[in-house]
Amino acid sequence: MSETLELDPRDRGGPAQPMLRVDGLKKYFPIRGGLLNRTVATVQAVDDVSFLVHKGETLGIVGESGCGKSTTARLLMRLMDPDSGSVVFDGDAVGDLRGITVNEMRRQMQMVFQDSYSSLNPRMTMAESIAYAPRMHGLGRKEAYDRAESLLAQVGLNPRQYARRYPHELSGGQRQRVNIARALALEPRLVILDEAVAALDKSVEAQVLNLLGDLKEKFNLTYLFISHDLNVVEYMSDRVMVMYLGRVVETGPVEQIYRHPRHPYTRALFASKPTLDPDRRTTEMPLTGDPPNPINPPSGCRFRTRCAFAEAVCAEKAPALAAPLHGDYDESSPHLVACHLPAAQRAMGAHHV
Amino acid sequence: MLVFALRRLLQAIPILLGVSLVVFGLVHIVPGNPIDMLMPPEASPEVIAQMKAAFGFDKPLYVQYLLWLLRAVQGDFGLSVFNATPVWGQLIAALGNTFILAILGAMLGFGMGIMCGMISAINHGRWPDKLFSAIATMGVSLPHYWCAIVLVLAFAVLHEYLPAQGMGDDSEPLYHRLQFLVLPVVTLSLIPMGVIGRLVRATVLEILGQDFVGALSAKGLTRWPVIRHICKNAAPPVLALMGLQFGYLLGGSILVETVFNWPGSGNLLNLAIFRRDIPVLQATILVLASFFVMLNLLVDIAQAAIDPRMRR
Amino acid sequence: MSHTTMDEFATGARPAADDVPATAAPGYWKSVGQRLARDPVTLAVTLVLIGILIITIGAPLVTSYDPFAGSVMARLKPIGTPGHWLGTDETGRDLWTRLCYGGRMSLLAAILPVSISLCVGGALGVFAGYAGGLVNTMIMRTMDVFYAFPSILLAIAICGILGNGLSNAILALAVVFIPPMVRVSETVTTQARQLDFVEAARASGTTTFQVIRYHVLANVLGPILVYATSLISVSIILSAGLSFLGLGVTPPQPEWGLMLNSLRQAIYVQPYVAALPGLMIFLTSMCFNLMSDGFRSAMDVRLSK
Repeated sequence: MSETLELDPRDRGGPAQPMLRVDGLKKYFPIRGGLLNRTVATVQAVDDVSFLVHKGETLGIVGESGCGKSTTARLLMRLMDPDSGSVVFDGDAVGDLRGITVNEMRRQMQMVFQDSYSSLNPRMTMAESIAYAPRMHGLGRKEAYDRAESLLAQVGLNPRQYARRYPHELSGGQRQRVNIARALALEPRLVILDEAVAALDKSVEAQVLNLLGDLKEKFNLTYLFISHDLNVVEYMSDRVMVMYLGRVVETGPVEQIYRHPRHPYTRALFASKPTLDPDRRTTEMPLTGDPPNPINPPSGCRFRTRCAFAEAVCAEKAPALAAPLHGDYDESSPHLVACHLPAAQRAMGAHHV
Repeated sequence: MLVFALRRLLQAIPILLGVSLVVFGLVHIVPGNPIDMLMPPEASPEVIAQMKAAFGFDKPLYVQYLLWLLRAVQGDFGLSVFNATPVWGQLIAALGNTFILAILGAMLGFGMGIMCGMISAINHGRWPDKLFSAIATMGVSLPHYWCAIVLVLAFAVLHEYLPAQGMGDDSEPLYHRLQFLVLPVVTLSLIPMGVIGRLVRATVLEILGQDFVGALSAKGLTRWPVIRHICKNAAPPVLALMGLQFGYLLGGSILVETVFNWPGSGNLLNLAIFRRDIPVLQATILVLASFFVMLNLLVDIAQAAIDPRMRR
Repeated sequence: MSHTTMDEFATGARPAADDVPATAAPGYWKSVGQRLARDPVTLAVTLVLIGILIITIGAPLVTSYDPFAGSVMARLKPIGTPGHWLGTDETGRDLWTRLCYGGRMSLLAAILPVSISLCVGGALGVFAGYAGGLVNTMIMRTMDVFYAFPSILLAIAICGILGNGLSNAILALAVVFIPPMVRVSETVTTQARQLDFVEAARASGTTTFQVIRYHVLANVLGPILVYATSLISVSIILSAGLSFLGLGVTPPQPEWGLMLNSLRQAIYVQPYVAALPGLMIFLTSMCFNLMSDGFRSAMDVRLSK
């Protein structure tokens, strides 16, 4: 987080107010079947997800495939409507009469998708793709294209070479840079990066990550960085949120999470990171049991069927996100865990340097 | 599977109802009373009122519709305005004749189409491909009524090999009457041949181009099993199209039957239009369209039975 | 274009890894045009169609007779008669003239219904495809009812009820073509809508109309136009068929289908003359069919990633 946080003219609450406050977000997908195509079951993709994003920080969201990270991103951008829950952007409720509209929110919050090729209209040049949104919002043609070209330069692509090219002529890394430029075209304050570097080669990935870091500083951005790659998340984030099967299981500062993970799932996740270092051996218990069905998740704590510490209370009540049941608790950067059992939280974990 | 079939059946019911609504409504869209179309202009008001009551035109529209529908599902379409015989009997007889043409035309057309398509696909890029593709394209672009005329020209007028019209007398022996079939059946088979030929060619090419066919060859399979495999994979879309084409042959035979004066349902429809014989008109269209719907239903179920991915 | 700003930032940005040549590639539609221009079949067919258009629209210029004036003495002259190079019809009218003027009606009856159904059906289909959900279901189920009729049956039913005349025939054909048009455009729009760049456009806070206009339309127009072109070839045959049955254009208007019917009896006298109108129908239909195929191949080339 930058120390000298210049206030954006659109800022409404000052540095103390969170950029984004999400409360109780829920999204269930119905499964139809039977004779009359009735709903026979639901996929509980996102269940009671709440979190904060502070101004100027990067919040990383990690979890396996199917844990609901991408659905959460789409719910935030209102590409889908949530079944319940509220999203408050810098103090204004989104979609509420007294707050801001979805479109107003979208002018301040943008998203970069994973697939760099399908994210770009194959019939539009790079400049046209970037200039589309500003033009639609009222900017004149020349100004929009000028902005597009300057953004291309910002992301490291020479506008003279790239402005009039089509997506199929660029490499994956170049396209992703264009996607970033497009996300910045409306001058947002928060950018959601949904697996934005997942499809790139490692060397290109490093370049793009560095670019993201530069842009964040230059434009005073806040990031929501979604990824399944633990190393990348550690590199980029200030705080991390771990999701499992549609729920948040742990959240806290990146050093805390990575060095002293409390939730059994988080520890298992880190234990599964492959490493070539013979000195880094793990003493963690591996995950047991079968991966559960997102259609019929286990009652209570959803991780209990794979948790070595599970007890009766875990089946009865879903654990709330709360402070860890022992040890270091820092008010200024809270570390929250969703687990009933002190024993589970206390178990020895793999240490990461 | 059964659930899918039942669900499809349920979906067909509102479609059939909609069809009946359209058929019924078409007649009443025209401004003016249907009676006025049937009666000579000098008829007295009493006679007109009598006819109205007899036909039920004096009742409100939705009542007329329900009554008509109720009778229709029992096979009672009333009497033909033209010759006062029951519509149902005429329609069944005519349908039978059309069926003969349609089945034979379908067999010939599908057979030739499959052959053309396979030859084209296997010899992709070489002259057999170009030849048979051209033949298939021509089949699709041909106005079959013109083709009928040309065939009549060639085989009945210029050289009197075959009869130009009709179905022949009942008194003549069967093999003699078969002559009457040749020209209409060949004419009818041209469009299905073209359509099926093109689809078979495209589908087989796509299958041949897929990786697993190469894998099968690499496993040492000789030609015959590979061909059987191609057939199994090409079957679903081709079968679906065949069903559709058969429906078109049944429902769209009117032009060919007119040229050959073949006493089928198309000919009946044509006459009904010119005689303004509303009951016959309604009955023919309803039955033909309903048949088409049921045919589509069967095709969907058959497709789902072969290819599980089709079961939504 | 000022490049000072670019230079300012260029020092901080990492340069791209690969080097791409500075010439811009042609856009999608331009490359389609280029591919079309290199396809000999499509070129030939387009030339033939332009020729047909010229002789029909410019009929007064290439013919010297009145299409309605016949002379009993000149009835049913064969091909190659001096003064009537394609012969005369059953009332003595010059066949070449009738064919040229007749082409106007035939082409009109072929192209107009498809254009109408393209606008109406295309718009409806794109709307249904983009909206999705209940709206989509309702629209498509309604179309299913009309799909239940074989096309010629529906056209004949509508014409039979409404009566003769060119406008009725055009209306009937437009109604017949709307359901397949809706189905095709709904399918491609539904596919396009799920692509990420459409989602990104929606996420940028622009209106639905803008998203459709700039992102969806350009990507669905291709397949829709290919289908419309193939529909024209069907429309020619159907409209001529309607006239053949007496349901379309009324005599003494020249029109290919009508001429085919009225010359039917002449088949015993002048067989080759009687077959001529059908040849024109066949030729035109085949040309549109081949053109549609050409369009499809030109647009089908997958742009590689």
